Amino acid sequence: MGSTSSTLLKIPNVEELVQETGFSPAHIIRLYDRFKVLDKEGRGHLCPQDFGAIKELAMNPIRDRIISAFFSPGKETVDFNTFVRILAHFRPVDKDRPKDPNSPEPINSRSNKLKFAFQLYDQDKDGKISRDELLKVLRDMLGMQVTEEQLESIADRTIQEADLDRDDAISFEEFRKSLEKVNIDHKMSIRFLR
Amino acid sequence: MQLKTSAMALLRRFALLLALLIVFNTPCKVAALEEDIAEVGYSKSTATETSSNVTTITTLPIVIWKWHHVETPYLVALWILTCWLCKLVCELNHSFTSVIPESGLLIMMGFILGGIVWGADKAQTFKLIPVNFFYYLLPQIVLDASYCMPNKLFFSNLGAILVHAIIGTCWNAGTVGVALWACYEWGAMGTLNIGPLQFLLFGALMSAVDPVAVIAVFEEVHVNEVLYILVFGESLLNDGVTVVLYNVFDAFVSLGGPKINAEEIIKGIISFFVVAFGGSFLGVVFAILISMLTRVTKNVQVIEAGFIIVLGYLSYLTAEMLSLSAILSITFCGVCCQKYVNANMDEKSVTTLRYSLKVLANGSETMIFVFLGVSAIDKNIWVWNTGFILLTILFIIVFRFMGVFFLNWLLNMNRLIPIDITDQIVMSYGGLRGAVAYGLAATLDEAKIPEKNLMLGTTLIVVYFTVVLQGITMKPFVQWLKVKKATISDLTLNGKINNRTFEHTLTAMEDICGRMGDNWWTRHWKNFEDKYVCWLLMKSDARKQNDNIFGAFHKLNLEDAKNYVTVGERKGSLAFIRNDDNASVDFKKKLALEYANGMPDMSDMSEYDFGIDNVPVTSGMKNQIPSVSLDIHEQDSKRMPDLNAHHLLEQHLYKSRSNNRPTYSRSHYKESENPDEMQEIFQRTMRSRLESFKSAKMGVKPSKKISKHPKKDSTHKPNGKPADPNRIYPYGDEDFEFSADSASSSEIAGNFRRRSTNAPAAGVDNPAFIPEMDTSAPMRNPPWQTETAINTAVAASQRAQGRLPWTPTNLRSARSTDSIAMANASADEEAHEEKPGKHHTRL
Repeated sequence: MGSTSSTLLKIPNVEELVQETGFSPAHIIRLYDRFKVLDKEGRGHLCPQDFGAIKELAMNPIRDRIISAFFSPGKETVDFNTFVRILAHFRPVDKDRPKDPNSPEPINSRSNKLKFAFQLYDQDKDGKISRDELLKVLRDMLGMQVTEEQLESIADRTIQEADLDRDDAISFEEFRKSLEKVNIDHKMSIRFLR
Repeated sequence: MQLKTSAMALLRRFALLLALLIVFNTPCKVAALEEDIAEVGYSKSTATETSSNVTTITTLPIVIWKWHHVETPYLVALWILTCWLCKLVCELNHSFTSVIPESGLLIMMGFILGGIVWGADKAQTFKLIPVNFFYYLLPQIVLDASYCMPNKLFFSNLGAILVHAIIGTCWNAGTVGVALWACYEWGAMGTLNIGPLQFLLFGALMSAVDPVAVIAVFEEVHVNEVLYILVFGESLLNDGVTVVLYNVFDAFVSLGGPKINAEEIIKGIISFFVVAFGGSFLGVVFAILISMLTRVTKNVQVIEAGFIIVLGYLSYLTAEMLSLSAILSITFCGVCCQKYVNANMDEKSVTTLRYSLKVLANGSETMIFVFLGVSAIDKNIWVWNTGFILLTILFIIVFRFMGVFFLNWLLNMNRLIPIDITDQIVMSYGGLRGAVAYGLAATLDEAKIPEKNLMLGTTLIVVYFTVVLQGITMKPFVQWLKVKKATISDLTLNGKINNRTFEHTLTAMEDICGRMGDNWWTRHWKNFEDKYVCWLLMKSDARKQNDNIFGAFHKLNLEDAKNYVTVGERKGSLAFIRNDDNASVDFKKKLALEYANGMPDMSDMSEYDFGIDNVPVTSGMKNQIPSVSLDIHEQDSKRMPDLNAHHLLEQHLYKSRSNNRPTYSRSHYKESENPDEMQEIFQRTMRSRLESFKSAKMGVKPSKKISKHPKKDSTHKPNGKPADPNRIYPYGDEDFEFSADSASSSEIAGNFRRRSTNAPAAGVDNPAFIPEMDTSAPMRNPPWQTETAINTAVAASQRAQGRLPWTPTNLRSARSTDSIAMANASADEEAHEEKPGKHHTRL
């Protein structure tokens, strides 16, 4: 118990963080340990290279997007609190927690999860997934299996499916609508973060 | 009624002959065929050939009565026929089967048949004996169920299924046995000659769950997938575990109470695991064998499907030979080979395999239930003990509930989505007992268990009770509890792509957290599979196009194309397809195997939605329609380099889908309700199509013109949009308005009129595109059907021949008359080869 509290003391604004993310202190400590492992040089913050050094991540076709999701625009580093906040997106939704109408929307709410996914596509942050952006993601994910031409038709078709206002791009609203039937709480949650 | 009397007459006759034959009573080995060696008892066959051959001939006979030659196979065939006719009778009236489950009806039919036999013979000469059940009836049922298992769902819930199948079954067996024994000691059933071990053995055989009726109900009401797979998967594995457990307890019983010590118990536990996991492992080995074999069976396509059945059966027998769990072996064989077999084999073989498995499985299931009824009409097996019977029924229900609730509580602690309380109740209530329990009870050795008949009779009662009573109440129960239904989500590319993104994101997050989560396993298995398993088990061309998203894309295109033609056929002629041969659309076979790999989750699930019992017609249809990749590029790129494939694709296919869907469904229900409106919709569709085709011909980039329409529309719409904000345009497509039952139909009509006058290129005057309600044209072959069969580009003349889709030419390569003849010949061959082949499996 002693070590637990001492670890917690090292983290700035722990209570706020717990409140905001909904993680238990145990989770926070676990994440803090992980953070320290990733932060090899002990600077107290991570930079993209630290993420790039994760071996397993190398296989992930969209790792660059995911890594960049940790960094707010213009910044080169991410501190622990932001790190935890990003991961909090993936905490499963707890059903028994009483809903306080006054409290701000939790980070792991459906729309926040969706926003996170959306910004993986929307690299230029203009609030829209353009055809090129989609095509890039598709190219990353489908890779060599499909010809360029097929990729393009897939991209076109995908946009058409979701595109309600016919501007050849998917806005967040359209994105949300296209995933209306999908159980996001299920698909964007990691069990061990509960 | 007529049927019954004739059957009765026949049966009388057989009974007489049988009685005659028994007089001779010379032992002779009759080939053991199907279930009906039942009637002769499988070791003591009666004299057949010997007696008839001995008689010396004095003159040349013209025709001889040779009943003995054919007796056994004849009886087998007749019984199969009788049972299937029973099913036919049951299914005649659907209002009946919707109340009482079919299995219950079949059992009742069995009562009647058994009564007839009893009346004729004064003894039950026909009954289900364990050897037939376990060797000739059960394997194909298990193989079918496992082969058609929705794979992805099964493996993602494998943990829960295993917990229920292994721990749950052991729990049921142990508690029922112990509780019955305690009641016996307490004196609830008078004096019986049963020891505690025998009670445990009885408990073990009683724990085989067989939810045929439940699955039927589930399919009808479309319960959510998790519940479905839990019940279905559990029942499948549970049979295997039950048999293993039964054998362990049986060994204990033969060992005798005093000799059992700690060592023997440990041995028993070890043997349980060795038998269960050894069987599963053997099944996987056979699955690998099958998959590897199907890589090279291309040249013997006609019997390709048979390999899976034979090898599956062999895996069952091999496991039995090694005294491993045969049921688990064939289960894992089916589940594991499914993906690779479907990818390796020709689509037609896959369809054949599915259908033949269904035929075999349904056939034997029918026979099992009928014989469960027939077997009951036998004075000799009935030993009544009210206490024993009632307590058994009580305990199996109570302990089932307790077990399921406890295990689910354990599982829920660790599940992302917990199992609902209603789902748990349905799971518990769905614990019907079936033929496996009966088969095991009949296997009991009377020398070791003096009260065998009591147990057998009780098992039968329990089976009847659960199948009939619980089966009948199941459906109202499910509806009353408002069990969560399966969400029917349309297949969308967005969904697929986002799914993929989500998966990648989750695994990345798990990596960043540095922990192994569920996705870690999934992904590593996938990597491993891609690298090694597919390399080993899949044909190289099957490996290539193995992508989920592409599969979805491809499937949607197929759907579009199908709708396009369907509507064309229904509404008018297909002139637009025939005439525009070099205009644009070149349907080309790209990947024949997407179906298997494309979307294992959805396709398999839909397969199951249509039922174990009713062979899915739609899936068959889907299978027959070969893969089409709408690659329009090749021809056009020469003339119009800037006309991209996707443009055309998007113009024709995507639009056609949203355009035609409302028309399609509407016409489906009420075709003649409003012909004018239909006509309008059709004309409009055709017009837009014509525009694009024309422009494609003239070398005009069509995208400009066409894409204007929606634009125009959206500029026009702002007036309408705020007026009714809850109206959604899911595809932003104008035609959707027609299907939307909103009050603004007048506006739509206005819209339409405006457009029809505006569109200058409207091809109403082109005779080819006027919907000419042509009745002679509708059966024309969609180009991709012929095309993919031929695998080359099809000339216009060939298309115009208008072959029927089911002629052999369509199934085979149809480039010349020779090949047609060949196709016929090989079809004949198929018929010929079928017989010996079948014979072989059966023998």
